[in-house]
Amino acid sequence: MTGAPPGPVLLHAGLNLDHATREEAEQVESDVFGFWVFLMSDAVVFALLFALFGTSLEATAGGPDLAGVVKLGPAFIETMLLLASSFTFGMSSIMLKRGAKPRLALHLRPAVLWLALTWLLGIAFLGMEVNDFATMAQHGATADRSFFLSAFTVLVGTHGLHVLTGVIWLPVLLLQLASGGLDRPLKVNMIRLSLFWHFLDIVWIAIFSVVYLQGALR
Amino acid sequence: MNDPSLATFLLGQLSWGALPFVRAWRDPNVSEIIGAGAGVIVVLGAVGAIALITWLRAWKYLWTEWFTSLDHKKIGIMYVVLAGVMLTRALIEAVLIRTQQAVAINAPGYVEPGHFAQLFTTHGSIMIFFMAMPFLTGLMNYVVPLQIGARDMAFPYLNSVGLWLTAGGAGLMMASLAVGEFSTGGWSGYPPYTELAFSGGIGPDYWIWAVTLSSLGSVTVGINIVCTIYKLRAPGMTFLRLPLFCWTSLCTAILMIFAMPALTVATLLLAADRYAGMHFFTDDGGGNMMNYVNLFWLFGHPEVYIVVLPSFGVYSEVISAFSSKELYGYKSLVIATMAIAVLSFTVWLHHFFTMGQSASVNAAFGIATMTIGIPTGVKIYDWIWTMFRGEVRFTPPMVLSMAFMMTFVLGGFTGIILATPPLDYMMHNTLFLVAHFHNMLIPGTLYGLLAGYMYWFPKAFGFRLNERWGWVSAVCWISGFYLAFFPLYVLGASGMARRTQEVFDPAFRPWLLIALFGAFVLLTALATLFVQLYVSIRDRQANAVPVGDPWDARGLEWSVAAPPPEWNFATIPHVGDRDAFYWRKRAGGAYRPADHYRDIELPKESACGVIIGIAAAACCFGLVWRIWWMAVLFGVIVVATVIVRSFMRNVIKTIPAAKVEAADRRWLAKAQAAQPIPREQEQSGLNQGRAKIFPQPTPRHA
Repeated sequence: MTGAPPGPVLLHAGLNLDHATREEAEQVESDVFGFWVFLMSDAVVFALLFALFGTSLEATAGGPDLAGVVKLGPAFIETMLLLASSFTFGMSSIMLKRGAKPRLALHLRPAVLWLALTWLLGIAFLGMEVNDFATMAQHGATADRSFFLSAFTVLVGTHGLHVLTGVIWLPVLLLQLASGGLDRPLKVNMIRLSLFWHFLDIVWIAIFSVVYLQGALR
Repeated sequence: MNDPSLATFLLGQLSWGALPFVRAWRDPNVSEIIGAGAGVIVVLGAVGAIALITWLRAWKYLWTEWFTSLDHKKIGIMYVVLAGVMLTRALIEAVLIRTQQAVAINAPGYVEPGHFAQLFTTHGSIMIFFMAMPFLTGLMNYVVPLQIGARDMAFPYLNSVGLWLTAGGAGLMMASLAVGEFSTGGWSGYPPYTELAFSGGIGPDYWIWAVTLSSLGSVTVGINIVCTIYKLRAPGMTFLRLPLFCWTSLCTAILMIFAMPALTVATLLLAADRYAGMHFFTDDGGGNMMNYVNLFWLFGHPEVYIVVLPSFGVYSEVISAFSSKELYGYKSLVIATMAIAVLSFTVWLHHFFTMGQSASVNAAFGIATMTIGIPTGVKIYDWIWTMFRGEVRFTPPMVLSMAFMMTFVLGGFTGIILATPPLDYMMHNTLFLVAHFHNMLIPGTLYGLLAGYMYWFPKAFGFRLNERWGWVSAVCWISGFYLAFFPLYVLGASGMARRTQEVFDPAFRPWLLIALFGAFVLLTALATLFVQLYVSIRDRQANAVPVGDPWDARGLEWSVAAPPPEWNFATIPHVGDRDAFYWRKRAGGAYRPADHYRDIELPKESACGVIIGIAAAACCFGLVWRIWWMAVLFGVIVVATVIVRSFMRNVIKTIPAAKVEAADRRWLAKAQAAQPIPREQEQSGLNQGRAKIFPQPTPRHA
């Protein structure tokens, strides 16, 4: 069974399979499904860290408490950066799906530009987060101070490490795009990275609500 | 090397005193000499294995055919081999533990308390993480794709990574024998005892990193099995036509995906406490060790079912095959399996009834615990009804399965006792508990894994295992278990605490001696297992079953040659019924050539998995000893390997249709030439792997 399946061409979310055979489409579906399952497992990690954070609020051992370490202003900007990066990644996914034509002499695809923008937003987020932790450290709020600060650091830091992973992963995929073109394995990895990126956004929304808003309201 | 700071940089906390040989030289007593002896065995074993492989000039063969293979069958076999090695070590440790308690009655015995604590810690950690887990993973790896009519797992490369991460963790366990010491904190590694304040050495770090590698490997296995079963089933293989082993594998994999992260979080946060001075589980700084206990058992209880469910699957296959009957109550078995998987997340608190919850919380968890008995009971009845009026053959796997049913029920009864919080207050932390969980895990896991090994061995290697030695081994495993662990019920009920290095009540002596005798019987059982393997390999020509169906069995895995070709199926089968192959044989549809042979695409060999596993283990070794350059270097190698692999596009090899056809026709010729064997002669040398089909009242559902 070769050629396009009968009926209207179904564009896989964020992916244009270019008239793949049924077997190939199924292969892609399986590859992406595996990543969904991984994200579920990763979500369990965050769920547990949230639970630990919840039990740690009073365990400040005389050190800084949540209200004392949380700054809503930078956190709000960080949130906006991440939300914007999810938007830009979404735009790049649409470009990949529609198969937009290369522009400029450099053969830069619109998708690449959106991805580059996403990457910059990710870097900006990480920069601000590092700055947050540095400021906290200046005021003696380090992870070894109390259980509360350990839980805070590990919850927010684990999210930050994930963003760092995405920030490393994205240029790797761009390199692959430059070296081998947009082939099917790369498309699958693009979908995985976009899932990963949006997942981190959702986790951050939870962190913003549970950690930062709670801190501001206390 | 005179500059101490340079030496610290290069070697971290490593020093001569880390070597057990040096310790034994400086302070020669029996305990240290045993430690040094174990180290010598590890070193000699490693050197001997390397020398043997070199002498046989087998490196190239091993590297290209096995280590770098992405074939699910070979990865499965390597998992089982790893489990066998680790089983041997942990069983020897068990004998040492029993010997110590039997001789240390108002006497110091022969191992010091610290050494004794390392023995029970490594015994438990290995048996769970490096014996049961690799063994069941190996079986699932080997069997599941064959049973569902697939050519490989969904993610063959990830499969290899998982194997080598697990092997890396096992390597760390072995390294701890020869370099340094292991944790003394038990297999569950409870803080605050395992925190720096109480365990200042590197022992707990070995435990943390070995277990972390194993749990990461297990997550990859879970994802892989789930995707394989959801996405790679052959046409017509609907969920309610899946062999029951696939169902239990699916539930196990789901449990791995959801439960393993809790263990990873627990071990890594403990590492954060120990390495970065954090306060998750410390006594000071607001830390709360109850968080660790909850995290650990959020993993730990599902883990019990992770190790038990695959064996339930094996029993379902074995009992059905050797009773020549379809499984009784297939759907109820599926529902029971799922129910167990779900309930397993609702009972973790029964591992610490005595640690301060209110009585009503304990009651809720006690009742939830007892509920698991219901689906388990359903299963036992289903298996009994499967045997009822069947043509039961008492092969070694069948003997193990029947012993399981009786023994496991007894363990279930003592489980009910322990699930009752007031009784648990009396029994917890005694040998009663030790007896109970061995009573569940030896029949519930080990017998099943061994039965699966003996049942599918002819499929994997093309010849049957020697039945006589199989019976000897089974009888030793069964009687050894009763002798070694039933005395512990008596001792526990009499108040003997678990993990005791010295005993002060002479009344315990007879029971401890019986238990020691039982431990030796179990060691004999293991030895006879190896004898069985040796004898079977020696007589492999006489016991060859190349046609591949020695037991008139039921699933698709028996419909191909033994050993199966690398591509498993020349053409992907279409499934019209449960027990697909059983009915196909009876409809005369087996052993037919395909209409068309096509080129088959398979994953190419890859060294990336091996590199990642070894580099991850080296990174962890660096972390254990605070050799930071080593940890960073090998950590970077892991990441770099992952990235480099993602650039590779030439990862598929194509098997030409002509080669597939030639192999298939060779096998079909053997099948035509083979003498069909009636069931009563299955265990004779006449068995070439083709079952004689008797007319039978046809298919069950009209």
